[in-house]
Amino acid sequence: MTQSIISVRNVTKRYPGGLEALSGISINIEPGEFVFLTGHSGAGKSTLVRLLAAIERPSSGSVLVAGQNVSALSPRGIPFLRRNLGLIFQDQKLLLDRSVFDNVMLPLIVTGQPYRDSMRRARAALDKVGLLDREKAKPIALSGGEQQRLCIARAVVNRPSILIADEPTASLDTEYAQTITEMFHSFNQVGVTVLIATHDRERLERGRVITLSHGRITP
Amino acid sequence: MIAWLRHHWQSLQYALGRFAETPFASCANIVVVGVVLALPLGAYALLSNLQFHAGSLPTEPQISIFLSTAPGRADVASLEARLRNAEGVRSVRFVPKDTALASLRRLPGLSDVIASLRENPLPDAFVVTLTSSDADVSVRLETQFRGLPGVGTVQVDSEWVRRIESLMRIARSAVLMLSLLLGLALVAVTFNTIRLQVLTQREEIEVSKLVGATDAFVRRPFFYQGVALGVAGGAIALCIVQGAMLVFKADLALLGPIFGILPVLRLLALPDSLSFLLFAGILGWLGTYLSVSRHLHTHGSL
Repeated sequence: MTQSIISVRNVTKRYPGGLEALSGISINIEPGEFVFLTGHSGAGKSTLVRLLAAIERPSSGSVLVAGQNVSALSPRGIPFLRRNLGLIFQDQKLLLDRSVFDNVMLPLIVTGQPYRDSMRRARAALDKVGLLDREKAKPIALSGGEQQRLCIARAVVNRPSILIADEPTASLDTEYAQTITEMFHSFNQVGVTVLIATHDRERLERGRVITLSHGRITP
Repeated sequence: MIAWLRHHWQSLQYALGRFAETPFASCANIVVVGVVLALPLGAYALLSNLQFHAGSLPTEPQISIFLSTAPGRADVASLEARLRNAEGVRSVRFVPKDTALASLRRLPGLSDVIASLRENPLPDAFVVTLTSSDADVSVRLETQFRGLPGVGTVQVDSEWVRRIESLMRIARSAVLMLSLLLGLALVAVTFNTIRLQVLTQREEIEVSKLVGATDAFVRRPFFYQGVALGVAGGAIALCIVQGAMLVFKADLALLGPIFGILPVLRLLALPDSLSFLLFAGILGWLGTYLSVSRHLHTHGSL
């Protein structure tokens, strides 16, 4: 059997109305890999990310993440799957009425970590992305790049084994996008499996590239 | 276990924090619940007071027999023996007219009237206590006693007690129905409050779920909020009712000497108050449960 940390087998995702976002794709990702998922917009990248995070379920086929069959996971099991994942969303999903620090604290509070320990870990995560001096600010006061780094801090604060990012550099200028990508590489170097969905073909270096086109994998 | 306790503590703080964020709206909600709950609680307090007073009334059926003429000592003895021997009689007490007048004189307001009388207008009387409150028995004895020599008026005294009791039974049912209806209203108020809160908190719920929050985690603060709403509203209702009773008590104390009665208005006791608060909390929980199971899945599920 495979030792893949992410295993997508013959997955099709059809939306009501007949749109087929993914057509029978299979992907295996080994632990510690760095993978770019690329393709034109509408190729199915975001759909695949949502399937991996159990936000949606495949119409057919199976999705295995960290040994769990996501496509057959009971609603009770979903939170525990997500605690193994660091998720970074295209629309960021930051809580705008909470401070930067509280946003990073959320995954720790949700999992019931001791408060003092959580504070230490949240500060460490903010330090790693260079936002420690902005911890009291509201996300709205941050620049686009800083907001993206805040998302990364929130995604890694729980020390996930897999980091999945959907278009993390889409709204950033080239220099900033490079910094963000470097950050992902540094997490990868300490053993985190990284999957980045991006339409930006310029920075596909130092990693495996999987290209999607119209819901299928192109070689 | 520690994590679980910690989370309960955080949820409580969080729920109180939400209260504090919108103090005016929260207070308005609590007052609505308080007023809604004050109605059945007040009715209950009134009823339990009436019941207390009704309980101190003689519930054993009695027949008063007033004699038409002033009897001799021997007549009294023979009449008493005949009454005592009648079937269904528990005890017989002779009340001479002087004793009756003396007890009337003790009532405030009447002593002046009595002093102005030249002679005692009251008849001698027997008070007969019956063994059963069966209406047939009292009717049979009433006719039997009326036929005895020297007897003027016969009066069955316990009728009105029984009437009060049946009225109280109706009142109890009415209070119960009122409580059910307004309890329903409390559930509905909580339901809506929590629904609005879920809508306000939608983003936060979504993000929490994305970073691995369980349903129980997401629901818990809402439960604290709903129960707090019920209990706080219940506390307001208690204050309203107890306050109103204190006002009434002062008024009754003024009325007392005028009507020659000594009314005792009892406030709600501690066990009653505590079980009322518990009940309000349970209703709040129920409203939250209904709301959360309905709305978290339509708005927060991913």
